[in-house]
Amino acid sequence: MVEQRTVRPDHEAIARRVRQGARVLDVGCGDGALLDLLKSTRSVDARGLELSSETAGIAMARGLSVIQGDADSDLELFPDDSFEVAILSQAVQQMRRPARVLGELARIAPEVIVSFRNYGLWSRRLTLIRQGRMPAPGLAHEDGVLLPVTALDMIELAARLGLACVAVAPVRGGEVGAFRNKGLKRLNWGADEVILHLKRI
Amino acid sequence: MPDNAPPQTSALRVLTLPEPLKLDCGETLDHVEIAYESWGEPNADRSNVILICHALTGDQFAASPNPVTGRPAWWPRVIGPGLAIDTDQYFVIATNVLGGCMGTTGPASNAPDGKPYGTRFPVITIGDMVRAQRAFIAALGIDSLFSVIGGSMGGMQALEWAAQAPGQVFTSVPIATSARHSAQNIAFYEVGRQAIMADPDWCEGNYLAQGKRPSRGLAIARMAAHITYVSEGALKRKFDRGLQDREKTSFSFDADFQVESYLRYQGHSFVDRFDANSYLYVTRAMDYFDLSSRSEGRLADVFRDTPVRFCVFSFSSDWHYPPEANREITRALIAAGAEVSYLDIQSDKGHDAFLLEEPIYERALEGFLSSSAELRGI
Repeated sequence: MVEQRTVRPDHEAIARRVRQGARVLDVGCGDGALLDLLKSTRSVDARGLELSSETAGIAMARGLSVIQGDADSDLELFPDDSFEVAILSQAVQQMRRPARVLGELARIAPEVIVSFRNYGLWSRRLTLIRQGRMPAPGLAHEDGVLLPVTALDMIELAARLGLACVAVAPVRGGEVGAFRNKGLKRLNWGADEVILHLKRI
Repeated sequence: MPDNAPPQTSALRVLTLPEPLKLDCGETLDHVEIAYESWGEPNADRSNVILICHALTGDQFAASPNPVTGRPAWWPRVIGPGLAIDTDQYFVIATNVLGGCMGTTGPASNAPDGKPYGTRFPVITIGDMVRAQRAFIAALGIDSLFSVIGGSMGGMQALEWAAQAPGQVFTSVPIATSARHSAQNIAFYEVGRQAIMADPDWCEGNYLAQGKRPSRGLAIARMAAHITYVSEGALKRKFDRGLQDREKTSFSFDADFQVESYLRYQGHSFVDRFDANSYLYVTRAMDYFDLSSRSEGRLADVFRDTPVRFCVFSFSSDWHYPPEANREITRALIAAGAEVSYLDIQSDKGHDAFLLEEPIYERALEGFLSSSAELRGI
């Protein structure tokens, strides 16, 4: 049943930010690719939450502990500090109540890692200015993104929820740059996606 | 098999519990016999034992044919060599529940006075069923279970095991079940019980002594219950308003419609293999099941900091134990801090889907058991 899969560079970058053996909750874990990587390279106690029955089933077939549920309503059940790290990998922009989800994660885990599409990227800014169209691969409303935010927006939202950004990495053309904690404006201009490492203040 | 013949128990494997069994109602049962079946072999430290718990009308013949009724195994898709519950890896045991009628002590068994208990049998609970299973496992020299797995009423037992003996179960797999029988569940089973008790051949529960069987009442009970096991969509797909062996309605009360003929068949084929009093007792045990009542209505408190790993399944079109009832179990387990997986399978097959072909469900169950076996070192 085990087949070779190529590891996504952003997953690898996230895994490097997670301590060995940590208790990790991946919200919107999809088919469990990131959790699988965290289990094999970081020996984490991995749990996932996934909305889709089909992908949650694939993750469970891999032997992962996954709850098929809705982050918008189920996160409130988890006890305080029940995890060391909570991850939102390419999921926060699909949520109906992203601020609430992020706030719940800050309660559940002292560290939160969030990756998302950065609408501060210069070419996306140009698309809006030149064409008057929201930047998306197809029609914006079919894209599933409910929250077209920039890196700076997300950092500000996190701060309001009591989460400080300790490091941020840009993703360009599928390649992940180094994590750092400065040059945010440049990053906001040049990164296609960003990975934020947040810690409870 | 003639209508009033008791099951031929010589073909069954039976163990008599060494100690009297104390029941929730306050009474005690002596010399309780537990009928069981097993597949695979125990490993050296007996850490690979899986207990399969059957549903209301199931029996211990989960993975091999029933020699008494001749019916095929009821879970052959899941239990066997190389299957999700792999008998090459696990020692799989199934018992007939306390109060049942396939060899385990129940209302059709003889009381100490040599006559069938009938309604003199004490009212039992899901908790009593599990206590009987625990005594049975101990009598086999097994300290703890790798997993306890069951659907429907079997799922209640899987939950009850985790609540009663969290140190004795490594994993629990409740499938298409409920931690608390709903008013609707109780209502449907009450219809069934009333149908049985209204049959003159029930004889106030003494039908065995009088050489009778309340077959009509039991068949109606089964028909009513069966409706809740299938979805409206499945009934529509299978039968819709199709007529049975006729071109038009007969202006009579014959089985004009295919669905009527189907239900009548379900009822009649049931009475040959099931004892009416068992049906009363076992449905009553399900009605009394409410795990949360043990912690002032808070199910999460029943499982607070439990070491048991759980895997809960539901099926989208199940209206007997609907996804919401299973989600409620999952939510309580999350709040209790338990390690829990939950999957709602998209299916139009209703409650019975848990016994039918659902590849995603089978692969997810296999994944859960394999990763748990790795943790357990088996």
